[in-house]
Amino acid sequence: MRCDNCGEREAEIHLTQIVDSELTTLHLCSECAGEKGVPTQVGLGSAPLTDFLAQMEKGATDSALAVESEACPYCGTTAADFRRTGRLGCSQCWAHFEPKLRSLLRRIHGSTQHVGKLYLGAAEEEIGVGADARIGTLRRRLERAIELEDFETAADLRDRIHELESVE
Amino acid sequence: MEDADAVRDRGIDWLAGGGPDHEVVLSTRVRVARNLQGFPFSIRAGVDDRRRVLARVQSALEGGTSLVEPELLEMESLDSGQRRLLLERHLVSRDLIGNPDEVAPPGAALVLEGRRALGLMINEEDHLRVQTLLNGLQLVQAWQEVSRLDEELGGRLPYAFHHEFGFLTSCPTNVGTGLRASVLIHLPGLVLTKEIRKVLQGISQVGLTYRGLYGEGSEVVGNFFQISNQTTLGKTEEELIDHLARIVGQVIQYEKQARAILLREAPTVLEDKVGRAYGILSHAYTLPFDEMMNLISGLRLGLTLKLLRTPRVETLNRVMIFGQTAHLERMAGRSLDDADADVHRAAFVRRALAEDEEAARSAGPERDLPAGTDGDDER
Repeated sequence: MRCDNCGEREAEIHLTQIVDSELTTLHLCSECAGEKGVPTQVGLGSAPLTDFLAQMEKGATDSALAVESEACPYCGTTAADFRRTGRLGCSQCWAHFEPKLRSLLRRIHGSTQHVGKLYLGAAEEEIGVGADARIGTLRRRLERAIELEDFETAADLRDRIHELESVE
Repeated sequence: MEDADAVRDRGIDWLAGGGPDHEVVLSTRVRVARNLQGFPFSIRAGVDDRRRVLARVQSALEGGTSLVEPELLEMESLDSGQRRLLLERHLVSRDLIGNPDEVAPPGAALVLEGRRALGLMINEEDHLRVQTLLNGLQLVQAWQEVSRLDEELGGRLPYAFHHEFGFLTSCPTNVGTGLRASVLIHLPGLVLTKEIRKVLQGISQVGLTYRGLYGEGSEVVGNFFQISNQTTLGKTEEELIDHLARIVGQVIQYEKQARAILLREAPTVLEDKVGRAYGILSHAYTLPFDEMMNLISGLRLGLTLKLLRTPRVETLNRVMIFGQTAHLERMAGRSLDDADADVHRAAFVRRALAEDEEAARSAGPERDLPAGTDGDDER
Protein backbone atom coordinates (compact mmCIF):
# COMPACT_ATOMS: atom_id res chain seq x y z
CA MET A 1 0.00 0.00 0.00
CA ARG A 2 1.28 3.46 -0.93
CA CYS A 3 1.48 6.34 1.51
CA ASP A 4 -1.63 8.55 1.39
CA ASN A 5 0.48 11.64 1.74
CA CYS A 6 3.40 11.33 -0.67
CA GLY A 7 2.02 8.45 -2.77
CA GLU A 8 5.56 7.23 -3.23
CA ARG A 9 6.78 5.22 -0.30
CA GLU A 10 5.24 2.15 1.24
CA ALA A 11 2.75 2.96 4.01
CA GLU A 12 3.90 1.67 7.36
CA ILE A 13 1.81 3.65 9.80
CA HIS A 14 -1.95 3.30 9.89
CA LEU A 15 -3.43 6.15 11.81
CA THR A 16 -7.06 5.91 12.82
CA GLN A 17 -8.57 9.20 13.85
CA ILE A 18 -11.98 10.49 14.71
CA VAL A 19 -12.51 13.79 12.93
CA ASP A 20 -15.91 15.46 13.33
CA SER A 21 -17.26 12.20 14.73
CA GLU A 22 -16.22 10.34 11.59
CA LEU A 23 -13.72 7.55 11.66
CA THR A 24 -10.92 7.98 9.14
CA THR A 25 -7.82 5.93 8.60
CA LEU A 26 -4.68 7.41 7.12
CA HIS A 27 -1.97 5.19 5.71
CA LEU A 28 1.38 6.89 5.95
CA CYS A 29 4.99 6.08 5.32
CA SER A 30 7.18 6.60 8.37
CA GLU A 31 8.71 9.78 6.96
CA CYS A 32 5.40 11.51 6.27
CA ALA A 33 4.07 10.27 9.60
CA GLY A 34 7.11 11.78 11.28
CA GLU A 35 6.47 15.10 9.57
CA LYS A 36 2.87 15.05 10.73
CA GLY A 37 4.02 14.44 14.28
CA VAL A 38 2.58 10.95 14.45
CA PRO A 39 4.67 8.72 16.70
CA THR A 40 6.12 6.13 14.36
CA GLN A 41 6.70 3.60 17.04
CA VAL A 42 4.33 2.73 19.77
CA GLY A 43 6.05 1.67 22.92
CA LEU A 44 9.04 2.95 24.72
CA GLY A 45 11.82 5.23 23.71
CA SER A 46 10.59 7.47 20.97
CA ALA A 47 13.84 9.21 20.18
CA PRO A 48 13.67 11.98 17.63
CA LEU A 49 17.40 12.48 17.51
CA THR A 50 18.16 8.82 16.89
CA ASP A 51 15.52 8.74 14.17
CA PHE A 52 16.90 11.86 12.64
CA LEU A 53 20.46 10.61 12.69
CA ALA A 54 19.35 7.35 11.14
CA GLN A 55 17.58 9.26 8.39
CA MET A 56 20.61 11.43 7.92
CA GLU A 57 22.64 8.28 7.44
CA LYS A 58 20.22 7.05 4.79
CA GLY A 59 20.25 10.28 2.86
CA ALA A 60 23.89 10.91 3.59
CA THR A 61 24.99 11.11 -0.01
CA ASP A 62 23.01 14.21 -0.84
CA SER A 63 23.10 15.74 2.61
CA ALA A 64 25.27 18.76 3.04
CA LEU A 65 26.48 17.39 6.34
CA ALA A 66 28.06 14.40 4.64
CA VAL A 67 29.87 16.60 2.14
CA GLU A 68 31.11 18.71 5.00
CA SER A 69 34.34 16.99 5.87
CA GLU A 70 36.08 19.75 7.72
CA ALA A 71 36.46 19.13 11.44
CA CYS A 72 35.58 21.69 14.09
CA PRO A 73 38.74 23.83 14.34
CA TYR A 74 38.49 23.93 18.10
CA CYS A 75 37.83 20.35 19.20
CA GLY A 76 38.28 18.32 16.02
CA THR A 77 34.76 16.85 15.93
CA THR A 78 33.74 15.91 12.40
CA ALA A 79 30.30 15.59 10.86
CA ALA A 80 30.82 11.84 10.87
CA ASP A 81 31.57 11.91 14.62
CA PHE A 82 28.38 13.81 15.20
CA ARG A 83 26.37 11.40 13.08
CA ARG A 84 27.77 8.50 15.05
CA THR A 85 27.35 9.85 18.58
CA GLY A 86 24.64 12.48 18.22
CA ARG A 87 26.83 14.72 20.41
CA LEU A 88 28.72 17.88 19.58
CA GLY A 89 32.23 18.24 20.94
CA CYS A 90 32.29 21.84 22.14
CA SER A 91 30.45 25.12 21.97
CA GLN A 92 32.40 26.14 18.85
CA CYS A 93 30.89 23.13 17.07
CA TRP A 94 27.61 25.02 17.20
CA ALA A 95 29.13 27.83 15.16
CA HIS A 96 31.07 25.48 12.88
CA PHE A 97 28.11 23.27 11.97
CA GLU A 98 25.57 26.05 12.31
CA PRO A 99 23.75 25.85 8.95
CA LYS A 100 23.23 22.12 9.26
CA LEU A 101 22.29 22.31 12.89
CA ARG A 102 19.63 24.84 12.10
CA SER A 103 17.70 22.37 9.97
CA LEU A 104 18.18 19.69 12.61
CA LEU A 105 16.83 21.98 15.31
CA ARG A 106 13.82 22.80 13.20
CA ARG A 107 13.02 19.13 12.95
CA ILE A 108 13.60 18.37 16.61
CA HIS A 109 12.15 21.49 18.22
CA GLY A 110 10.19 23.15 15.44
CA SER A 111 12.27 26.26 16.01
CA THR A 112 15.80 27.61 16.09
CA GLN A 113 15.30 30.68 18.23
CA HIS A 114 15.81 30.48 21.96
CA VAL A 115 13.20 32.58 23.73
CA GLY A 116 13.78 31.41 27.26
CA LYS A 117 16.05 32.76 29.94
CA LEU A 118 18.63 35.32 28.95
CA TYR A 119 22.14 34.70 29.99
CA LEU A 120 23.01 38.15 31.25
CA GLY A 121 26.36 37.09 32.65
CA ALA A 122 27.68 36.43 29.19
CA ALA A 123 26.53 39.62 27.53
CA GLU A 124 29.97 40.40 26.14
CA GLU A 125 31.03 36.87 25.51
CA GLU A 126 28.16 35.39 23.55
CA ILE A 127 29.28 33.02 20.89
CA GLY A 128 28.64 34.01 17.32
CA VAL A 129 28.15 37.50 16.12
CA GLY A 130 28.49 41.22 16.50
CA ALA A 131 26.20 43.79 18.04
CA ASP A 132 23.83 44.10 15.04
CA ALA A 133 22.73 40.50 15.10
CA ARG A 134 22.57 40.59 18.85
CA ILE A 135 20.27 43.59 18.79
CA GLY A 136 18.10 41.82 16.22
CA THR A 137 17.83 38.79 18.45
CA LEU A 138 17.07 40.91 21.48
CA ARG A 139 14.31 42.69 19.55
CA ARG A 140 12.70 39.38 18.60
CA ARG A 141 12.82 38.37 22.21
CA LEU A 142 11.43 41.65 23.36
CA GLU A 143 8.42 41.16 21.08
CA ARG A 144 8.02 37.69 22.45
CA ALA A 145 8.27 38.86 26.07
CA ILE A 146 5.59 41.49 25.44
CA GLU A 147 3.43 38.87 23.76
CA LEU A 148 3.78 36.74 26.88
CA GLU A 149 3.16 39.76 29.09
CA ASP A 150 6.47 39.09 30.79
CA PHE A 151 7.18 42.74 31.44
CA GLU A 152 10.07 42.18 33.77
CA THR A 153 12.03 40.40 31.07
CA ALA A 154 10.84 42.95 28.53
CA ALA A 155 12.28 45.75 30.63
CA ASP A 156 15.59 43.88 30.92
CA LEU A 157 15.68 43.37 27.18
CA ARG A 158 14.89 46.99 26.43
CA ASP A 159 17.77 48.07 28.68
CA ARG A 160 20.15 45.73 26.94
CA ILE A 161 19.09 46.96 23.50
CA HIS A 162 19.65 50.57 24.59
CA GLU A 163 23.05 49.62 25.97
CA LEU A 164 24.15 47.97 22.76
CA GLU A 165 22.78 50.81 20.64
CA SER A 166 24.54 53.45 22.65
CA VAL A 167 27.86 51.60 22.25
CA GLU A 168 27.51 51.71 18.45
CA MET B 1 37.78 4.36 52.95
CA GLU B 2 37.12 7.02 55.54
CA ASP B 3 33.84 8.16 54.02
CA ALA B 4 32.47 4.64 53.81
CA ASP B 5 29.05 6.03 54.57
CA ALA B 6 29.34 9.15 52.42
CA VAL B 7 26.05 8.42 50.66
CA ARG B 8 24.03 7.72 53.82
CA ASP B 9 20.47 8.98 53.48
CA ARG B 10 21.32 11.78 51.08
CA GLY B 11 18.82 13.08 48.59
CA ILE B 12 15.83 11.01 49.66
CA ASP B 13 13.61 13.66 51.19
CA TRP B 14 11.05 13.20 48.44
CA LEU B 15 10.41 9.61 49.59
CA ALA B 16 8.29 10.95 52.43
CA GLY B 17 5.42 10.75 49.96
CA GLY B 18 2.56 13.19 49.94
CA GLY B 19 2.79 16.33 47.92
CA PRO B 20 0.17 17.63 45.50
CA ASP B 21 -1.69 14.91 43.56
CA HIS B 22 0.26 12.22 45.37
CA GLU B 23 -2.42 9.60 44.68
CA VAL B 24 -1.17 9.52 41.11
CA VAL B 25 2.13 11.41 40.96
CA LEU B 26 5.15 10.15 42.90
CA SER B 27 7.68 12.79 42.10
CA THR B 28 8.65 15.73 39.95
CA ARG B 29 12.10 16.23 38.49
CA VAL B 30 13.47 19.32 36.78
CA ARG B 31 16.94 19.83 35.40
CA VAL B 32 18.71 22.32 33.18
CA ALA B 33 21.83 21.51 31.16
CA ARG B 34 24.64 24.06 31.13
CA ASN B 35 28.18 24.14 29.77
CA LEU B 36 31.14 26.35 30.50
CA GLN B 37 32.81 28.42 27.83
CA GLY B 38 36.35 27.50 26.95
CA PHE B 39 36.12 23.81 27.77
CA PRO B 40 35.22 21.04 25.33
CA PHE B 41 32.03 19.15 26.14
CA SER B 42 32.41 15.93 28.09
CA ILE B 43 32.57 13.74 24.99
CA ARG B 44 35.77 15.57 23.93
CA ALA B 45 37.11 16.55 27.33
CA GLY B 46 40.38 15.17 28.62
CA VAL B 47 41.02 14.31 32.25
CA ASP B 48 42.58 17.75 32.84
CA ASP B 49 39.60 19.56 31.31
CA ARG B 50 37.26 17.60 33.52
CA ARG B 51 39.20 18.36 36.66
CA ARG B 52 39.38 22.03 35.80
CA VAL B 53 35.62 22.15 35.19
CA LEU B 54 35.07 20.53 38.57
CA ALA B 55 37.39 23.02 40.27
CA ARG B 56 35.66 25.98 38.61
CA VAL B 57 32.24 24.79 39.70
CA GLN B 58 33.45 24.00 43.20
CA SER B 59 34.75 27.51 43.70
CA ALA B 60 31.56 28.96 42.23
CA LEU B 61 29.57 27.06 44.84
CA GLU B 62 31.54 28.55 47.69
CA GLY B 63 29.71 31.37 49.38
CA GLY B 64 26.57 30.72 47.36
CA THR B 65 23.20 31.11 49.00
CA SER B 66 20.94 28.90 46.87
CA LEU B 67 22.24 25.72 48.45
CA VAL B 68 22.39 25.38 52.20
CA GLU B 69 25.61 23.60 53.16
CA PRO B 70 26.05 21.80 49.86
CA GLU B 71 28.05 18.61 49.88
CA LEU B 72 30.08 17.45 46.96
CA LEU B 73 30.48 13.75 46.28
CA GLU B 74 33.24 12.96 43.82
CA MET B 75 32.50 9.75 41.99
CA GLU B 76 36.14 8.74 42.14
CA SER B 77 36.04 8.76 45.93
CA LEU B 78 33.00 6.47 46.07
CA ASP B 79 33.10 2.72 45.63
CA SER B 80 30.91 0.98 43.12
CA GLY B 81 28.21 0.18 45.70
CA GLN B 82 27.90 3.80 46.76
CA ARG B 83 27.67 4.96 43.18
CA ARG B 84 24.91 2.47 42.55
CA LEU B 85 23.06 3.72 45.65
CA LEU B 86 22.95 7.18 44.10
CA LEU B 87 21.75 5.73 40.82
CA GLU B 88 18.99 3.78 42.54
CA ARG B 89 17.87 7.00 44.22
CA HIS B 90 17.57 8.70 40.83
CA LEU B 91 20.11 11.31 41.90
CA VAL B 92 22.68 10.56 39.21
CA SER B 93 22.63 9.19 35.68
CA ARG B 94 24.47 6.13 34.44
CA ASP B 95 26.60 8.55 32.48
CA LEU B 96 27.82 10.24 35.65
CA ILE B 97 28.78 7.13 37.60
CA GLY B 98 30.26 5.29 34.62
CA ASN B 99 30.47 1.52 34.66
CA PRO B 100 30.05 0.59 38.34
CA ASP B 101 32.59 -2.20 37.95
CA GLU B 102 35.29 0.12 36.67
CA VAL B 103 37.03 3.23 37.93
CA ALA B 104 34.65 6.19 38.09
CA PRO B 105 34.92 8.89 35.42
CA PRO B 106 37.43 11.54 36.57
CA GLY B 107 35.97 14.84 37.72
CA ALA B 108 32.42 13.49 37.81
CA ALA B 109 30.63 14.69 40.91
CA LEU B 110 27.24 15.15 42.53
CA VAL B 111 26.39 18.15 44.67
CA LEU B 112 23.50 17.78 47.08
CA GLU B 113 21.90 19.73 49.82
CA GLY B 114 21.84 17.14 52.60
CA ARG B 115 18.71 15.03 52.47
CA ARG B 116 17.22 17.16 49.72
CA ALA B 117 17.77 16.28 46.08
CA LEU B 118 18.44 19.86 44.97
CA GLY B 119 21.89 20.14 43.51
CA LEU B 120 23.88 19.41 40.39
CA MET B 121 25.73 16.79 38.46
CA ILE B 122 29.15 17.92 37.30
CA ASN B 123 30.87 16.50 34.21
CA GLU B 124 27.91 14.54 33.02
CA GLU B 125 27.15 14.68 29.28
CA ASP B 126 27.09 18.43 29.87
CA HIS B 127 29.37 20.20 32.31
CA LEU B 128 26.45 20.99 34.58
CA ARG B 129 23.07 19.50 35.16
CA VAL B 130 21.33 21.63 37.76
CA GLN B 131 18.56 19.46 39.15
CA THR B 132 15.98 18.82 41.79
CA LEU B 133 13.51 16.13 42.73
CA LEU B 134 10.37 16.82 44.76
CA ASN B 135 7.49 14.66 45.94
CA GLY B 136 4.13 14.84 44.20
CA LEU B 137 3.35 17.17 41.33
CA GLN B 138 5.35 20.34 41.97
CA LEU B 139 6.56 21.50 38.60
CA VAL B 140 6.56 25.22 39.27
CA GLN B 141 8.23 24.83 42.64
CA ALA B 142 10.87 22.52 41.19
CA TRP B 143 11.54 24.88 38.31
CA GLN B 144 11.94 27.82 40.67
CA GLU B 145 14.44 25.96 42.84
CA VAL B 146 16.50 24.94 39.84
CA SER B 147 16.24 28.35 38.23
CA ARG B 148 17.47 30.12 41.34
CA LEU B 149 20.49 27.86 41.68
CA ASP B 150 21.17 28.11 37.95
CA GLU B 151 21.11 31.89 38.04
CA GLU B 152 23.45 32.03 40.96
CA LEU B 153 25.92 29.72 39.25
CA GLY B 154 25.48 31.57 35.96
CA GLY B 155 26.52 34.77 37.67
CA ARG B 156 29.77 33.12 38.74
CA LEU B 157 30.54 30.87 35.81
CA PRO B 158 30.87 31.69 32.09
CA TYR B 159 28.07 29.65 30.52
CA ALA B 160 28.23 28.78 26.85
CA PHE B 161 25.39 30.79 25.32
CA HIS B 162 24.51 31.50 21.70
CA HIS B 163 22.50 34.51 20.59
CA GLU B 164 20.12 32.34 18.58
CA PHE B 165 20.35 28.83 20.00
CA GLY B 166 20.41 29.77 23.67
CA PHE B 167 22.25 27.63 26.20
CA LEU B 168 24.54 25.31 24.25
CA THR B 169 24.54 21.62 25.02
CA SER B 170 26.37 18.60 23.72
CA CYS B 171 23.19 17.04 22.38
CA PRO B 172 20.97 19.17 20.14
CA THR B 173 17.86 17.74 21.82
CA ASN B 174 18.73 19.75 24.95
CA VAL B 175 19.76 23.08 23.48
CA GLY B 176 17.99 26.37 24.16
CA THR B 177 16.53 26.27 27.62
CA GLY B 178 18.38 23.05 28.48
CA LEU B 179 15.25 22.25 30.45
CA ARG B 180 13.91 18.79 31.05
CA ALA B 181 10.99 18.51 33.42
CA SER B 182 9.55 15.13 34.15
CA VAL B 183 6.86 13.67 36.29
CA LEU B 184 6.89 10.13 37.66
CA ILE B 185 3.31 9.02 37.44
CA HIS B 186 1.48 5.85 38.43
CA LEU B 187 -1.20 4.80 35.95
CA PRO B 188 -2.58 1.40 36.95
CA GLY B 189 -6.17 2.44 36.21
CA LEU B 190 -5.37 3.33 32.63
CA VAL B 191 -3.35 0.15 32.19
CA LEU B 192 -6.12 -2.06 33.63
CA THR B 193 -8.83 -0.38 31.55
CA LYS B 194 -6.55 -0.68 28.50
CA GLU B 195 -6.75 3.04 27.84
CA ILE B 196 -3.06 3.57 28.37
CA ARG B 197 -2.00 3.23 24.75
CA LYS B 198 -4.35 5.99 23.66
CA VAL B 199 -3.18 8.28 26.42
CA LEU B 200 0.49 7.66 25.65
CA GLN B 201 -0.09 8.28 21.96
CA GLY B 202 -1.83 11.50 22.84
CA ILE B 203 1.13 12.50 24.96
CA SER B 204 3.59 11.99 22.13
CA GLN B 205 1.43 14.05 19.80
CA VAL B 206 1.55 17.15 21.97
CA GLY B 207 5.31 17.50 22.18
CA LEU B 208 5.83 15.37 25.27
CA THR B 209 7.49 12.02 25.66
CA TYR B 210 7.27 9.14 28.10
CA ARG B 211 9.51 6.39 29.29
CA GLY B 212 9.86 3.81 32.04
CA LEU B 213 11.08 4.27 35.57
CA TYR B 214 14.79 4.38 34.87
CA GLY B 215 15.09 6.91 32.10
CA GLU B 216 15.72 6.60 28.43
CA GLY B 217 14.84 3.26 26.91
CA SER B 218 13.93 1.68 30.21
CA GLU B 219 11.05 -0.75 30.57
CA VAL B 220 7.79 0.20 32.15
CA VAL B 221 7.54 -1.70 35.41
CA GLY B 222 4.81 -1.42 37.99
CA ASN B 223 2.73 0.91 35.80
CA PHE B 224 5.11 3.77 36.56
CA PHE B 225 5.74 6.19 33.72
CA GLN B 226 7.88 9.27 33.36
CA ILE B 227 6.30 12.00 31.28
CA SER B 228 8.53 14.85 30.17
CA ASN B 229 8.90 17.66 27.66
CA GLN B 230 10.41 16.63 24.36
CA THR B 231 11.50 20.00 23.04
CA THR B 232 13.71 22.55 24.75
CA LEU B 233 13.99 25.32 22.16
CA GLY B 234 11.53 27.92 20.88
CA LYS B 235 9.49 28.15 24.06
CA THR B 236 10.17 29.80 27.36
CA GLU B 237 10.84 27.69 30.42
CA GLU B 238 7.52 28.78 31.86
CA GLU B 239 5.67 27.72 28.73
CA LEU B 240 7.35 24.32 28.78
CA ILE B 241 6.55 23.81 32.44
CA ASP B 242 3.00 25.05 32.05
CA HIS B 243 2.34 22.83 29.04
CA LEU B 244 3.63 19.75 30.85
CA ALA B 245 1.63 20.62 33.96
CA ARG B 246 -1.58 20.98 31.95
CA ILE B 247 -1.16 17.67 30.11
CA VAL B 248 -0.17 15.83 33.29
CA GLY B 249 -3.24 17.35 34.95
CA GLN B 250 -5.38 15.80 32.22
CA VAL B 251 -3.68 12.43 32.55
CA ILE B 252 -4.35 12.54 36.29
CA GLN B 253 -8.02 13.15 35.59
CA TYR B 254 -8.15 10.22 33.14
CA GLU B 255 -6.42 7.99 35.65
CA LYS B 256 -8.85 8.94 38.40
CA GLN B 257 -11.80 8.31 36.10
CA ALA B 258 -10.38 4.91 35.17
CA ARG B 259 -9.95 4.02 38.84
CA ALA B 260 -13.53 5.09 39.58
CA ILE B 261 -14.83 3.00 36.70
CA LEU B 262 -12.88 -0.04 37.87
CA LEU B 263 -14.18 0.37 41.37
CA ARG B 264 -17.74 0.62 40.08
CA GLU B 265 -17.66 -2.00 37.33
CA ALA B 266 -15.21 -4.56 38.61
CA PRO B 267 -14.79 -4.18 42.36
CA THR B 268 -14.09 -7.85 42.94
CA VAL B 269 -11.39 -7.98 40.30
CA LEU B 270 -9.79 -4.94 41.86
CA GLU B 271 -10.00 -6.21 45.43
CA ASP B 272 -8.64 -9.54 44.34
CA LYS B 273 -5.69 -7.91 42.62
CA VAL B 274 -4.90 -5.71 45.59
CA GLY B 275 -5.40 -8.52 48.11
CA ARG B 276 -3.18 -10.93 46.18
CA ALA B 277 -0.48 -8.29 45.86
CA TYR B 278 -0.57 -7.76 49.61
CA GLY B 279 -0.57 -11.50 50.23
CA ILE B 280 2.47 -12.16 48.07
CA LEU B 281 4.45 -9.17 49.30
CA SER B 282 3.81 -10.01 52.94
CA HIS B 283 4.58 -13.72 52.56
CA ALA B 284 7.06 -14.23 49.75
CA TYR B 285 10.53 -15.56 50.53
CA THR B 286 12.05 -14.66 47.21
CA LEU B 287 11.11 -11.58 45.26
CA PRO B 288 12.60 -10.38 41.96
CA PHE B 289 12.63 -6.60 41.58
CA ASP B 290 10.19 -6.38 38.67
CA GLU B 291 7.69 -8.59 40.47
CA MET B 292 8.01 -6.42 43.56
CA MET B 293 7.35 -3.28 41.52
CA ASN B 294 4.27 -4.75 39.89
CA LEU B 295 2.88 -5.83 43.26
CA ILE B 296 3.67 -2.48 44.82
CA SER B 297 1.66 -0.93 42.04
CA GLY B 298 -1.28 -3.00 43.26
CA LEU B 299 -0.81 -1.87 46.86
CA ARG B 300 -0.50 1.75 45.86
CA LEU B 301 -3.73 1.48 43.93
CA GLY B 302 -5.40 -0.28 46.85
CA LEU B 303 -4.30 2.45 49.23
CA THR B 304 -5.58 5.34 47.15
CA LEU B 305 -8.91 3.55 46.69
CA LYS B 306 -9.04 2.86 50.42
CA LEU B 307 -9.14 -0.88 49.85
CA LEU B 308 -6.16 -1.11 52.18
CA ARG B 309 -5.27 0.65 55.42
CA THR B 310 -1.64 -0.30 55.53
CA PRO B 311 1.14 0.03 54.52
CA ARG B 312 1.75 3.76 54.40
CA VAL B 313 2.59 5.31 51.04
CA GLU B 314 5.88 6.38 52.55
CA THR B 315 6.72 2.75 53.20
CA LEU B 316 5.97 1.86 49.59
CA ASN B 317 8.22 4.67 48.38
CA ARG B 318 10.99 3.49 50.65
CA VAL B 319 10.61 -0.09 49.55
CA MET B 320 10.80 0.95 45.90
CA ILE B 321 14.17 2.57 46.47
CA PHE B 322 15.62 0.50 49.31
CA GLY B 323 14.43 -2.75 47.76
CA GLN B 324 16.92 -2.30 44.94
CA THR B 325 20.05 -4.39 44.91
CA ALA B 326 22.66 -1.81 45.93
CA HIS B 327 20.51 -0.76 48.88
CA LEU B 328 19.96 -4.38 49.92
CA GLU B 329 23.70 -4.97 49.68
CA ARG B 330 24.33 -1.99 51.90
CA MET B 331 21.94 -3.37 54.53
CA ALA B 332 23.45 -6.85 54.24
CA GLY B 333 26.97 -5.50 54.39
CA ARG B 334 28.09 -7.63 51.46
CA SER B 335 27.52 -8.04 47.75
CA LEU B 336 24.60 -10.19 46.69
CA ASP B 337 24.06 -12.22 43.54
CA ASP B 338 20.63 -12.09 41.90
CA ALA B 339 19.20 -15.03 43.83
CA ASP B 340 20.53 -13.71 47.14
CA ALA B 341 19.16 -10.26 46.39
CA ASP B 342 15.71 -11.73 45.73
CA VAL B 343 15.78 -13.42 49.14
CA HIS B 344 16.95 -10.27 50.93
CA ARG B 345 14.38 -8.18 49.06
CA ALA B 346 11.56 -10.49 50.14
CA ALA B 347 12.68 -10.34 53.77
CA PHE B 348 12.98 -6.57 53.66
CA VAL B 349 9.49 -6.14 52.22
CA ARG B 350 7.93 -8.62 54.66
CA ARG B 351 9.48 -6.73 57.55
CA ALA B 352 8.39 -3.31 56.25
CA LEU B 353 4.79 -4.42 55.78
CA ALA B 354 4.70 -6.14 59.17
CA GLU B 355 5.99 -3.00 60.90
CA ASP B 356 3.22 -0.90 59.40
CA GLU B 357 0.62 -3.49 60.35
CA GLU B 358 1.96 -3.54 63.88
CA ALA B 359 1.92 0.24 64.11
CA ALA B 360 -1.65 0.36 62.81
CA ARG B 361 -2.73 -2.37 65.22
CA SER B 362 -1.39 -0.55 68.25
CA ALA B 363 -2.81 2.76 67.01
CA GLY B 364 -6.28 1.83 65.87
CA PRO B 365 -9.16 -0.57 66.56
CA GLU B 366 -8.91 -4.25 65.66
CA ARG B 367 -11.16 -4.01 62.61
CA ASP B 368 -8.60 -1.93 60.78
CA LEU B 369 -6.84 -5.19 60.00
CA PRO B 370 -6.35 -7.20 58.00
CA ALA B 371 -6.57 -4.61 55.32
CA GLY B 372 -8.93 -4.75 52.42
CA THR B 373 -11.26 -7.50 53.64
CA ASP B 374 -14.12 -5.24 54.58
CA GLY B 375 -14.34 -3.38 51.31
CA ASP B 376 -18.08 -3.64 50.66
CA ASP B 377 -19.26 -0.99 53.05
CA GLU B 378 -16.40 1.27 52.04
CA ARG B 379 -17.64 2.03 48.58
